[in-house]
Amino acid sequence: MPRLLSVEDVVVSYGRGRKRHQALNGVSIALDEGETLGLVGESGSGKTTLGRAVLGLVPVESGRITFEGRDITSAPAPERRRLARQLQVVFQDPYSSLNPSMTIRDILIEPLVAQGLSRKAASARVAVLLDRVAMPSGALDRYSREFSGGQRQRIAMARALALEPRLIVCDEPVSALDLSTQRKVLDLFIELQERTGVAYLFISHDLAVIRYVSHRVAVMHRGEIVEDGHAREVTEAPRHPYTQRLWASNLVADPTEQAERRATRLALAAATVP
Amino acid sequence: MIITETTGAVDTGRAARRGLFRIMLRNPLNVASMIVLALFALLAIVGPWIVPFPPNLVRPDLVNAPPFTSEFVLGGDLAGRDILSRLIASAQGALRSAAILSVVSFALGVSAGLIAGYFGKLFESISNWLFSVILAVPGIIVLISLYTIVGTSTTLAMAVFGVLVAPSMYFMVRTLTRAVRKELYVDAARVSGLPNRRIIARHVLIAIRAPVILMTAGLAGVGIAVQAGLEFLGLGEPAVPSWGSMLTDAFFNIRLAPEQLVWPAIALGLVTGAFSLISIGLRDALEGTYVKPSRRERSRRIEAVRHGADARTEEARESPPVTHGPEPDGTLLLEIRDLEISYVQRKAITTVVAGVSLTVREGEVVGLVGESGSGKTQTVFAALGLLPDEAIVSSGSIRLGGVELLGMPETEFRALRGPGMAYVPQEPMSNLDPAFTIGSQLVYGLRAQNGCSRTEATEMALAMLERVGIHDPVRVFRSYPHQISGGMAQRVLIAGAAASRPRLLIADEPTTALDVTIQAEVLDLLRDLQQETNMGVLLVTHSFGVVADLCDRVVVMRDGRVVESGPVRDVFDAPKAEYTRSLLDAVLDHAPARGELNTKEVTRA
Repeated sequence: MPRLLSVEDVVVSYGRGRKRHQALNGVSIALDEGETLGLVGESGSGKTTLGRAVLGLVPVESGRITFEGRDITSAPAPERRRLARQLQVVFQDPYSSLNPSMTIRDILIEPLVAQGLSRKAASARVAVLLDRVAMPSGALDRYSREFSGGQRQRIAMARALALEPRLIVCDEPVSALDLSTQRKVLDLFIELQERTGVAYLFISHDLAVIRYVSHRVAVMHRGEIVEDGHAREVTEAPRHPYTQRLWASNLVADPTEQAERRATRLALAAATVP
Repeated sequence: MIITETTGAVDTGRAARRGLFRIMLRNPLNVASMIVLALFALLAIVGPWIVPFPPNLVRPDLVNAPPFTSEFVLGGDLAGRDILSRLIASAQGALRSAAILSVVSFALGVSAGLIAGYFGKLFESISNWLFSVILAVPGIIVLISLYTIVGTSTTLAMAVFGVLVAPSMYFMVRTLTRAVRKELYVDAARVSGLPNRRIIARHVLIAIRAPVILMTAGLAGVGIAVQAGLEFLGLGEPAVPSWGSMLTDAFFNIRLAPEQLVWPAIALGLVTGAFSLISIGLRDALEGTYVKPSRRERSRRIEAVRHGADARTEEARESPPVTHGPEPDGTLLLEIRDLEISYVQRKAITTVVAGVSLTVREGEVVGLVGESGSGKTQTVFAALGLLPDEAIVSSGSIRLGGVELLGMPETEFRALRGPGMAYVPQEPMSNLDPAFTIGSQLVYGLRAQNGCSRTEATEMALAMLERVGIHDPVRVFRSYPHQISGGMAQRVLIAGAAASRPRLLIADEPTTALDVTIQAEVLDLLRDLQQETNMGVLLVTHSFGVVADLCDRVVVMRDGRVVESGPVRDVFDAPKAEYTRSLLDAVLDHAPARGELNTKEVTRA
């Protein structure tokens, strides 16, 4: 049986000539139905580019991306449109990912209508969608600016779920949220996954977030995957020096533990500097 | 504004939905302009039926008749025609000119701009080149040579002029579209499978509509002025009355009847002025320009806030913050007592900080934690004297080393910043001026504070850069902000803040914008500097990890109030306030990792 998503040796670069910068340097990942693959890395590691390549938002230079065995590396527009039913996205910034001049109803209807549903049939479904992300249906005729970050992210989730996709690319979906909101939204992600069997490619810079939602974790650094494995192994006993450094830099909300972790990090740094 | 995560109904932002039109009506200038334009449009339509005399009727007995003396109310012109009738009859031509020019430039500029901005690539290169060429063509000369070829046709002339001004519309629309194209909601629409033309119509066009309307209104005014100019030069159709040709007639007559110039000038001035004022009004309404309240209005607001303050302060007193034991010994550095900060918007008073008290001692690192909207940043901005003009500090006191800061004149305050207290902001990049090198900004700051010579300041700056862990200080000194990374920029700002050896350092989310590995290093740097100079640090953050790493004491804020404060270890080990407990519970650091995927359990709903 083919994997739900498989990315093989993908190369993506930006710019031309001397300004050319290789954002992805032959990256391979695979994902099964109902699974969360956490993609962790710092800015410039290429994690966002990988998500955008899967979504077809950046052109792939070489390599292959397959979805259920079908090659979608450079799918033409009509096929992309069909693919939208299977493959959706939740972006980081809940402020920029919802059009400020559209009501929540119009935002939720849009993907349904784009897939050929009538406006009426689509309208009938949006209330259910909002309910699924624990938002009241009274929200439908409001604008996104009337909602807090956490609520906007719920709306973005509802939009992604509208077409009942099999895979959602989540690009830092909780990093703009407050601490208490963050956990609630993460729990919602997990709950929806358990209910619908959707798979997540979950991108984040935060190891704690990644380990909380992911079954498996891949660590990215400078356009390459340096380590991958089960969430617990990667986040508790990292093997690659970069993952170790990342782990040791991750702050922990406990003074004693943090002091130990700081000592570990300084020891690691001392060991690498000749 | 306090935004909390509730799934219930939210009532904020209702006002924002109110129409642009109503906002514009608030300004009497806009109302006047709208009335002028409505009258102008009305005259253009019904003018031919309401003119008292046919505009080309010649009465030789009324040549240059003065105004208000005959049946020609505004007098007769040099050929004995009724000035009032000609004035009214000219409106139609003026409106047509405005319409043609704005429609042509709109159609060309907006459509090409949208395509170029959205798709880019070859189309953009070609259209950029084409519109640049048009931009370089001298407009009036083209129009005049056009007359010699096709004769007088105001319609054609205006259409050609519309093409000539289209580049300004094109370049604006292209730039705006390019910006909207980067918005995530456009990406989301693409992922939804929306075809490009629908994305352009539904998302891009709506987002850029305001500036486009603005420029169209401006171009309409330009159209009228240009038509008048051409008519004045005698390039109009002689049989059709126009304000421009009326000006020419009056000009020939200037010694005999100078008042004849006044009427067409008033008409032109009113209409073009109204178009300009409407576009300015529209822009102000869209951008929500802040109007500084008068002194009387301000004192009225302060009075209103004072009046309402008692109840809130009482409320805060009833549920005082939870503390862990007595405050530590040591020299008091910063002492904030019962601080209250409010904002007045129209009639509503929003209190963002209500009765906050906190202290920082010498050599102590105090963490001020809270979620967005908790008032933590407002509190430290009050201490730094950086609150915006709209903010009203209605009660409380802020003392630095025993000196009251509230109400201190700006000149004295300025002397305090630097040696007294320094500030490290959240966004390092936006706090560096992109137009100057790092070095010149550091030197400027040092000289302003210490009054030392340029060479001394340069030496100090280089030493500080080295101190904050920058390996090649000379290169960074000569770099512009965009040439260095965010982590490096934050080091530079810390260098600037620490250079004058402040007694108190206030840092607002200093590591939030940084990568985790860089964050750890910057926290190390802050710790080292603090221990070196024994300064007090007030650190605003939303991260309990940062508090655990760096702070001695912690103050937890929520909804503008302090809910708990105490030594970091005590608060972390045994939080007393319900809210602190819930926050610590939400921290994921100790949550178990999600297990492996159990493939048997997966069923597709």
